[in-house]
Amino acid sequence: MDGGKNPGRTPNQEGANTGVRPKLVVVGNGMAGVRAVEELLKLSPDLYEITVFGAEPHPNYNRILLSPVLAGEQTLQDIVLNSVDWYRANGIRLHLGKKVRKIDRVAREVVADDGTRERYDRLLLATGSNPFILPIPGVDLDGVLTYRDIHDTPRMIEAAGHYRDAVVIGGGLLGLEAANGLKLRGMNVTVVHLMPWLMERQLDRTAARLLQKTLEAKGLNFRLEAHTESLLGDARVKAVRLKSGEEIPAQLVVMAVGIRPNTELAQSAGLHCNRGIVVNDTMQTFDPRVYAVGECVSHRGTAYGLVAPLFEMAKVCANHLAHYGIGRYAGSVPSTKLKVTGVDLFSAGDFTGGEGTEDIVLADPGAGVYKKLVIKDDKLVGAVMYGDTVDGAWYFKLLREGRSVAGIRDKLMFGESSLGDAGHLGQNKAAGMAAEAEVCGCNGVCKGAIVKAIKDKGLFTLEEVRKHTKASSSCGSCTGLVEQILMFTAGGDYSTAPKRKAVCACTDRTHQEVRDAIREHQLLSIASVRDFLEWRSPDGCATCRPAINYYLLSTWPHRAKDDPQSRFINERSHANIQKDGTYSVVPRMWGGETNAAELRRIADVVDKYAIPTVKVTGGQRIDLLGVKKEDLPAVWKDLDMPSGHAYAKALRTVKTCVGSEWCRFGTQDSTRMGRELEQALWRMYAPHKVKLAVSGCPRNCAESGIKDVGVIGVDSGWEIYVAGNGGIKTEVAQFLCKVATHEEVLEYAGAFLQLYREEGFYLERTVHFVARVGLDHVKKRVLDDAGERRDLWERLQFALDGEPDPWHDPAKAGIDLRQFEAVRA
Amino acid sequence: MKRVRICKLEDIPRLGARRYQHTDGKTIAIFRSAADKVFALRDRCPHKGGPLSQGIVFGESVACPLHNWCIDLNSGSAAAPDEGCVERFAVEVVEGVVELQP
Repeated sequence: MDGGKNPGRTPNQEGANTGVRPKLVVVGNGMAGVRAVEELLKLSPDLYEITVFGAEPHPNYNRILLSPVLAGEQTLQDIVLNSVDWYRANGIRLHLGKKVRKIDRVAREVVADDGTRERYDRLLLATGSNPFILPIPGVDLDGVLTYRDIHDTPRMIEAAGHYRDAVVIGGGLLGLEAANGLKLRGMNVTVVHLMPWLMERQLDRTAARLLQKTLEAKGLNFRLEAHTESLLGDARVKAVRLKSGEEIPAQLVVMAVGIRPNTELAQSAGLHCNRGIVVNDTMQTFDPRVYAVGECVSHRGTAYGLVAPLFEMAKVCANHLAHYGIGRYAGSVPSTKLKVTGVDLFSAGDFTGGEGTEDIVLADPGAGVYKKLVIKDDKLVGAVMYGDTVDGAWYFKLLREGRSVAGIRDKLMFGESSLGDAGHLGQNKAAGMAAEAEVCGCNGVCKGAIVKAIKDKGLFTLEEVRKHTKASSSCGSCTGLVEQILMFTAGGDYSTAPKRKAVCACTDRTHQEVRDAIREHQLLSIASVRDFLEWRSPDGCATCRPAINYYLLSTWPHRAKDDPQSRFINERSHANIQKDGTYSVVPRMWGGETNAAELRRIADVVDKYAIPTVKVTGGQRIDLLGVKKEDLPAVWKDLDMPSGHAYAKALRTVKTCVGSEWCRFGTQDSTRMGRELEQALWRMYAPHKVKLAVSGCPRNCAESGIKDVGVIGVDSGWEIYVAGNGGIKTEVAQFLCKVATHEEVLEYAGAFLQLYREEGFYLERTVHFVARVGLDHVKKRVLDDAGERRDLWERLQFALDGEPDPWHDPAKAGIDLRQFEAVRA
Repeated sequence: MKRVRICKLEDIPRLGARRYQHTDGKTIAIFRSAADKVFALRDRCPHKGGPLSQGIVFGESVACPLHNWCIDLNSGSAAAPDEGCVERFAVEVVEGVVELQP
């Protein structure tokens, strides 16, 4: 019945009618094809009967790690990604060593060279690419190899054991990695390259020169702008002859001059190919039953040879194979990192520049450091780095997000400063860290553990590393470090956080899409959001439910109904859970002021309920720790003070200094201003916690510079600062405006917070919200348009109007009081 | 083993849980899914002892309130790649009353 309404939610429809599962046949057992199968199994494990054909006799291995194998840093066994057992465990029929030579699209059947036939309902082509062989005399001689697959590597290793001289034709990424590997195995290696500088597709001339110098120092020889005319020899190759007439002795020649998508099979089946197998944004070929992913495809005229794009394609393809039908592949910005030990090189995007672009360049040839950033229309469009690639991951992220860098341009070149980052000894260079050095201070994960997990489990993405090691999964301050470790360990073109970040595993929708749908379609319940946006899980998860609940309440105040079961325990029980399962209680003290009566009641409560710890908080309040859950309602009643909401994604505290009432320097009554702000804004739920401060003079004793909203009194009025943060990464608040009166402070601060409430993503602090939308956007809404500002401020007051104090009106706040008592038989 | 009648089904919130205090001192979490299935697990996460009864319940899983480990309500096992298992108890709803075998 559900299926009629939402066909996307019942992926079994095809097989359900017949009782037989539809057949998916995958041609190609490489990284792209198997990744698509893995993604499909994650979405819909039982949908298809899956068969995989691999032309090689090996299980799927990590091809980008062939270079470390050649260099003797890893073994072939280390780089296997899916063992034969994996296929068996997932019920996949695996045909190894069988090359598919024919597709019969009418009978929907593939035929392998040994006569094996498999019928298909959906076919996935992942035939990869072939190395390009130069059409010159002598290519058939013994000792002439390509550098592409798992066969080539042992043959090169063997040759290195018997012969002295090697020539690598091609000074691109693969060619240089091959040359480096052969050199490390003791050969005398010369690289012959047609272009005027090395890696011309990834590097500009300056960076390439630095690279060449480094590699020459390692003992490699180069011939640039050199055309290979022929290979000389009788049975085995003896030398390489260049057009210049020079002959370079070589008993081993490795051709690494590029790859060509392998389209032979697709073409023979009449599928449209143009250099690669032509696919649309859903990874379908011209026959909609036939999908294609990986190096064999041509997508919007581009063929990709790096891993990250292949994985993105695999994900989209799996989404469509699973009948969800909402993923789209829109192309990738590739990035490159050379896997040669001791060479630090990174490039991404369009780094050559051109019309309308600007370059920022830092060059220190003496220290072997070169960085070039290319900017177009205030956005980073390309980066080349040599010698210091610490910030590669950060630049790549900026590039992919396409966000304006105008505001950080003066600091851009110096990278994502580690200033203020806590928890890992100020380390910001993963490469220089010892294996036992702690990377993630929250979860106690050292570098060695991360490297081991990446190698052992074949991890490629930040998300996977988080899941397996917990590193970077709590406060996130070490994310940059973990990305660097991934880059060094798994190879340069690991995929960073996807451009579109889904809310959680239940959906592919982003936070923005959820917010938009709730507003545009007037959705009022979590179930209707899940239904409308075709959630994959019946009742969501611990990640999406609190987010959707917040979006509903903030978009439709007094209309959407709160769902306490979709709130984290702290907001359900209105107290903070502690590590031993007890709770802490923080009563509100307006503007940080209290009095004798309140303190007496607090003291009495501490005695009566035997509360073990009493602590003064950083927010100028008193924290009672170790309260038993069953005592909470009575503690609230006896305290007879308002809830401090110290447990909620809501307004926490308004910290104040003493101000002009007592302080001999004070210019403004900061305590009164703080009280007024707190009384106007308390009970305000938000995407994350919100902290305010008011100082009575620019000495700023209330630390307004690191608060979500910081107010500083000056002789002529108040300055308002927003989006500061004193947490994981200390962020100084940005100046918003200066106003004259208390009423204006309330209106401007309130309007800013309401904007954040309406547009922020769940668990996004103001600092990240403002970084995402830009301070200009905030100014436009809050400063430039007085009508808009008043509307925002009124909407906030409307939302807060009638909101109960949960400690004193639990029924109205919808608290389930049963939770405080245990059931007894 | 003797069964104990502990509460009515509607005493447990949907997609929620109640704590049951047994006479021998142990605490058992009784969960109720959206489809009114009930489950009983020891109220101690295998990770750091967090009270599972206080977690968010979804599908047939609960997320521990301390560090967000996901525990399968059927098996008591932590979702991969986390490893660990919590003690399960037989529980059943008979004519609207939750009966537990502690």
